[in-house]
Amino acid sequence: MTVVSKALFRLFFALIAGVLFGLGLSVSQMIDPAKVINFLNIFGAWDPSLAFVMGGGLLVNAIATPLILKRRQPIFTHMFRVPAKSQIDSRLVIGGALFGIGWGLAGYCPGPMITSLSFASTEILTVVLAYVVGTYATKWVLFKIEQVNQIEHQKDEACVG
Amino acid sequence: MEIINFTPLSATIGGALIGLSAALLLLAKGRIAGISGIAGGIIFPEKGDVVWRVIFIVGLILGGFLYQLLSSDSSEGLFKGVEHIQPVVGTPLLILGGLFVGIGTTIGTGCTSGHGICGLARRSPRSLVATLTFMATGFITVFIVKQLLGA
Repeated sequence: MTVVSKALFRLFFALIAGVLFGLGLSVSQMIDPAKVINFLNIFGAWDPSLAFVMGGGLLVNAIATPLILKRRQPIFTHMFRVPAKSQIDSRLVIGGALFGIGWGLAGYCPGPMITSLSFASTEILTVVLAYVVGTYATKWVLFKIEQVNQIEHQKDEACVG
Repeated sequence: MEIINFTPLSATIGGALIGLSAALLLLAKGRIAGISGIAGGIIFPEKGDVVWRVIFIVGLILGGFLYQLLSSDSSEGLFKGVEHIQPVVGTPLLILGGLFVGIGTTIGTGCTSGHGICGLARRSPRSLVATLTFMATGFITVFIVKQLLGA
C-alpha cells in the first residue's frame, strides 16, 4: 500500500469507528438525557436500560480485546498502548466523583453529548461548550502543575550536582 | 422500586455497537479509547495525533445524523422516533453539568465509555473504582435534585 492510501485507510477506520459509536448511542437511546436521568434515578422510578448498554459493550469487548491483543501489533502502529497503571489514587476518585455530579445534573456524558450535536440545537451547543471549557481549563491547570514539578525536579538535580 | 421505560434489547444491541467501535479502535490504533480521552486530545492538543480524533468525532456526529435519517415515527423497533428527545434541565444546569463533566473526566482520565466499557472489559481496578464512583455520585445527584428538591 502506498503511504497516501494507508493514511486514508487509517482515517476511514476512525470514521467507521465513530459512526458505529454514534449509532450505538442512538439505537440504545442514550442520546435521550431523560432516559439517562431515569437510570440514575435509582431511588425513584428506575429505567435499568443503561446497565444493558454497558453490558452489551462489555460482552463484545471482553471477547474481542483478548483476541486483538494476541496480535503482535495493531494494524496502523507498532505497539498496543493499553494503560498499565493499576494504582488507585485520590485524583481518580475525585475526578470520577465530579464527573458523576455533572452527569446527574444534566444527563449528558461525553459520548451522547457530542453525538447530540447532530440535533444542532442551542441547548446542545451550550452543554458542549461548557464541557469544552471545563476540559480545557482542567488540562491547562494540570499541564502547568506538571511544568512546575519538572522545574522543581531540575532544581533538585542541580543542587545534587 | 418501580421500573419504567425499560428497553433491554435496543440497549444491548446499541451497547454491542459501541463495543464493536472500541474493538475496532484497539485493532487499528492499539489504544483503549474513551470519548473524553479522544475529545480531550482535540480540545487541548499535546501530541501530533489530532487528525484521526477529529475524524472519529465527525463520525460520532454522523452516526447521530444517520440514526435520525433512519428513525421512524414509531416508538417500536431499533430506530425509534427522536421527536421527544430534548434536554431535561434549563440553561444554568446544562452549563454546570457540562463544566463538571469536562473537569471530572479530565481529572479522572475517563468517562462512561473509557472506564465503564473498555476499562471494565480488561478488568482494570482503576476503571472499576472510577465507574463505581461516578455511578454513586450520579445516583446521589439525581436523588438530591429529584427527590429532595422535587425538580
